[in-house]
Formats: sequence, structure tokens, C-alpha cells
Amino acid sequence: MSILVDQETRVIIQGLGSTGRFHTEKAIAYGTRMVGAVHPSRAGTTEVFEGETDHSGVPGRDDTYSVELPIFASVAEAVEATGATASVVYVPPPFAADAIMEAGHSGLDLVVAITEGIPVGDMVVAKRYLADKVTRLIGPNCPGVITPRQCKIGIMPGYIHQPGKIGVVSRSGTLTYEAVHQLTRLGLGQTTAVGIGGDPVNGTNFVDVLRLFHEDDDTEGVIMIGEIGGTAEEEAAEFVARHMDKPVAGFIAGTTAPPGKRMGHAGAIVSGGKGTAGAKIAAMEEAGIVVAPTPTDMGSAMVEALG
Amino acid sequence: MKIHEYQAKELMAARGIAVPQGRVATTADEAAAAVRSLVEASGNPVVVVKSQIHAGGRGKGTFREHPDVSGVEVVTSGIDGGVEATESAVRELAAAMLGSTLVTIQTGEEGKQVSRLYIEQGIDIARELYLSVLLDRAQGRNIVMASTEGGMEIEKVAEETPEKILRHTIDPAIGLADFQAAAIARGLGLEGTAAKNFLGFVKALADGAAEWDTDLIEINPLVVTADGEVMALDGKMAFDDNALYRHPDIADMRDESEEDPAELEAKSAGLSYINLDGNIGCLVNGAGLAMATMDTIKHVGGEPANFLDVGGGASAEQVATAFGIITRDPKVKGIFVNIFGGIMRCDVLATGIVDAVQQVGLEVPLVVRLEGTNVEEGKAIIRQSDLDVVAADDMKDGAAKIVELAR
Repeated sequence: MSILVDQETRVIIQGLGSTGRFHTEKAIAYGTRMVGAVHPSRAGTTEVFEGETDHSGVPGRDDTYSVELPIFASVAEAVEATGATASVVYVPPPFAADAIMEAGHSGLDLVVAITEGIPVGDMVVAKRYLADKVTRLIGPNCPGVITPRQCKIGIMPGYIHQPGKIGVVSRSGTLTYEAVHQLTRLGLGQTTAVGIGGDPVNGTNFVDVLRLFHEDDDTEGVIMIGEIGGTAEEEAAEFVARHMDKPVAGFIAGTTAPPGKRMGHAGAIVSGGKGTAGAKIAAMEEAGIVVAPTPTDMGSAMVEALG
Repeated sequence: MKIHEYQAKELMAARGIAVPQGRVATTADEAAAAVRSLVEASGNPVVVVKSQIHAGGRGKGTFREHPDVSGVEVVTSGIDGGVEATESAVRELAAAMLGSTLVTIQTGEEGKQVSRLYIEQGIDIARELYLSVLLDRAQGRNIVMASTEGGMEIEKVAEETPEKILRHTIDPAIGLADFQAAAIARGLGLEGTAAKNFLGFVKALADGAAEWDTDLIEINPLVVTADGEVMALDGKMAFDDNALYRHPDIADMRDESEEDPAELEAKSAGLSYINLDGNIGCLVNGAGLAMATMDTIKHVGGEPANFLDVGGGASAEQVATAFGIITRDPKVKGIFVNIFGGIMRCDVLATGIVDAVQQVGLEVPLVVRLEGTNVEEGKAIIRQSDLDVVAADDMKDGAAKIVELAR
């Protein structure tokens, strides 16, 4: 089992520019079921992807692949024609929120927004638009979602992952890779790794993902990786204390970040004394989460939490 | 991006949001020349001379060169002495303030040089209130925050008397509804003309926040005059950098003299860099990893000199620029390169480092930790380069090694 995505997930891409094309190629090589693309000015044509199979992905495939993706004018048409259940958004920032809303309008289960730099005001509107839709948004400004050897949606390197029993949820891309890499080395592996993104307004938050891992039979423990800014980690800690009996380990980045400075991610800022690493770590420890002192210790913190 | 008070007031005035009249001055003569028209327009002999810097706490801050002068001075000499007395007092104050260093609770000890003043009409204040519009991240919406405790730091109010803070969430599809504006007015104890003026004020401000793409608008204090006028006596605005592309007029208000030159250089190269006080330079890919690298350096007993995220797909040139920014920083006594290559390939990174060292030289120890895509190729490039580089097994090991070497 896994959460959010698996071998049945059928994915379309919104934003087939050079970045989108590059990562679609990687996703197909990994074995993700990419079924179409949305690009109004190229509707009715196709895009061919060929290359060598990434054997760290879905097992039992030939050494090379060749896929011809149909291109559609809209998400609705793509869903109608392909039975897509998910979409990945690589659309440039000024148009990305609209692409997310279009995915929501079309009734997809999941939209994963990779785009970094979407105006906050646009995301406020998009989030409200999605409020009464069935579509779950992951991101934006995130590495994506991967269920090892089943489905990879996003920009993470596939080969560091390994099927296993730990769920990973994180606001940071590279720190997710650190955690995943350590879990693979320790032989614990991952059920699913979810990047929820580094923006101040995002779709799915820690609590949503923790709830999914909590309900997933194969997930035996969770690593949550947070950073300074906002109070999502504190809310997650409260959820863990009240509802979770699975062991949780964690890490918070930004202990040394100066207040009032935006640390790379739009959402990573301590303002007005709120959102400090210290407050988050205290709330997590209070909830029984084993907090790693450095990212190098995330794997061993998970081992400790598992007991 | 932050802007100055006078710029925030220009934006507000253009939307019909009431602000006192004022004039910008960059010389003592300009400051004095602003006085007469202000006094005539307002009929009030009092004027206020306000230092324009981005940091807050100006009124309580003082100048290093003139410890008896504060960042905001109220000039009352016109009450008895007439406009001429005001003009000469303003000229004298402006001469002291301009070019001098204002030290406030937010500038740090080094202070900030004042190169611009805002001369404003005096206001007959009956009440001081607090009003702001800011993002509530938990809801993913802007909220209006208001309090009767104007002039105080809102964080302090939130801590000591949280019941005195009113919060109303703005629905992005509707804006601030009339009933919400009315509830805030009642909560602030406003009645009659003042309440009516406040409704227009707060609704325009809420709409402005959405239209300008602000991260924060803070009016502290918002003042009510004896005859029920409602005005922004101060105005602080910060904008979403990611939305500036659609506000060229606001983007033009950027004051680069308020920003760190190295941070500006990094930004124009597409890098995210923040200058800190320690002595270990860091070059990292990914914001979370870059923060965690600083934390790990501190954890093993060192102090980071900077935050530097080269991003997910940096080119060899960007890596070289980043390296140059770090090596030019005189406080850097050691450099730690920490890369987990996902999209970024370790061989590209290694090539960038080798090129950079060949261009700019290397006079301090360098520790490199590489992991991820093409890691063996990357390590081979560094080995074959004959650079004096210490390899690290993981980030904690690398942090420990560079902190030791920099001692």
C-alpha cells in the first residue's frame, strides 16, 4: 500500500516546456503512467518520448521505452480522452495558479504543482477555488510525490528510493532526499514520500499527509521535515499527540536563521517572533516526536522512534 | 520587498486612503521649503520630521552623531514663533539627520544612514489605533487585524492582552464584507463620523492588499482626529517579490541602498544569499538543505557566514558566481560545499567549483560533501583537479571538518 499515488495513477502534464519535458522523460523512464499533456497551441498533435528505462523504477520492463503522448487543448479534454486521475504542473509562475484551478475544475483526484515563485495572492484565490472541489493539491514549490517502484510525479531523483515502511512528508526538496537516502541505506525504505512545498500558502499540509499515513496499513512510521515560518508544524505536532499511534521522527531546518529574513523558500521566514525553529521543535518533542539534531541523524531518529 | 513610509503613503493616497499631507526632502533647504505649504494647507503650525529608512522603531531611535535627536521629531516652535521659527527648526533638524546614522531597535548597532526625510503636517490626535492586513498562513487567506492599542508593538499586545486584538478573515472572492468592517469599527469603539470614515478606510485597505500583492500592510498608529477624521499616521508595506512583475510602478520603488550589496549581486545571478555573522561560508543546493547546513555548522560548534542556495538546476557559471561571493567575504575562514544532487548533477557542480577556484583562487580551507546523481563522477573531477579539497562522508562530518579547519 501507499498514499496518494500508485501503479494505477494515470498522469497528465500541464506545462510542457523544457523543464516539464525533461521531468516527463524521467517519469516515463521510471515507469510512471504518463497518459497525456495539455498545451492549447499544440492540441491534436503528439509528443514522442524515447530512451533507456530507469530500472530503479517500476519493475519488469524492457530496457528501452517509446511513448507517444497525445496533447490536448484543456485538462477537461485530456481527462475525457485518457482517464487521467492526476496532473503535474510545470506551468510558469504567472499562469500556474490558473492551471491548478483548471485541474480542480476537471475533477482530477490529484494535482501536483512543482512551479516555484507563484504569487501568494494567486494561491489564495486558487486555494479558495479548490475548497469545494474533489481535487487535492500538493505543492506548489515542491519536489512532488513518489511511491517507490510504482509512480513518480515530480523532480526527485528516483533511484535513491526503495519500497518500504516509512512515510516521508516535507516542506523541503533536498532534505526529503536526505531522509529518503538514509531510510534506503538503513533498509527501512519508504511507502510514499510527499513534498508539500516551501510556499506560505499550499494545498495539502502536514496534518493532511499525516492522516493519510496514519490510515495506511503499510506505513509503520513517519518522518516529517519542517522549517521556520508559519505554524503548520505545531498543528502537525498536535495531531500526532492526539491521533497517531505510529512512531514519528522529525527535523526542523532554520535554528540559526535570523528573524525577518526569507531563507530561500517564500514561506521560510520568522516574523514578529512567530514561526521559530525552537517553538516547532518544542511542540514536536512535547508530542512525542523524536527530533533529529541534524539532518544526518534523521534516519537514526526514525530507528529510535520505531523502538 | 519593503518600501519607505512616504512611498506607502503615496500608494494609499492614490487609492483614496486618508494620509496626512507631506513632502519628501533630501536636503535641509528642501526640508525647510516644505514647511510653509504644509502649514498653510493644514492650518496646523506643528510639523513632523521623519527619517525614511526601512527599519522600524524610528521614533525611539537616535542618531549616533547626534544622540539628542531622535528618528522622528515633532516641531512645535511654530505655535508661538510662526512659520519662520518652524522653518529654521526644521532646517536645523534636517541638517543633523541627513547623512547621519540612525540606530533603532531594528537596525542593529551599526545603524542606518538617513538620506531622505518626510516632512509631514501635524495632526490633532484624539485616538491612536492599530490596523494591519496580512496573510494568515493557516487559512491561506489575508486577515484584517485591528487593536485599540495603537502605537504599541502588536507582538507585545498579542502576548500581554490578546483579547484586545480583533481578527477578520478576508474572503478573496468577496473582499472584506461590510458587516466585517462594521464589526471592527464597533470593536474599536468608533462611532458617528469616525466609524463611517473607518469603514471606507479599512475596506480600501483590504482591497489594496489584494491589488498590490502585499505581504503586509501595517498602519501603526491609525489615528482618529477630534473631528472624526481617520488617517494613517504611519504606513509600512512589504510586497510579495513573486508578484512584482505585474507591478512595475511598485518595483521601481525599490531602494537598493537599503539592501546588502552581496545579496543584490546574488539575486541578479538567480541565487538566494543572506549574509550572516559567522566565519564558515556555505554553498548548498536547496533552501531547506542550506538552512540545515547552517544549523549543522552551529551544532558542531561553528558559526555560518551565510545562507546560500544555488537552487535545483544551477549552471557551472552560477556556482562560480556563488563561490566568488563567498570568497570575497573577508570574515570567511573556511568554505563548506554541501550538495545533494537530485536534478543538479554532482559532476556539473564539481566542474563549477574547480572552475571557480581556478578563476578566483582559494585562500581558506574547503570541504566538499557530494551525494546524489553522478556522485562518483563529481568526486573524480575534484580528485583529479589537484585542488586542496577535503572530502566529507556526510553533512555532519563535513561540518565538523570545516569548523575544525577554520580554527
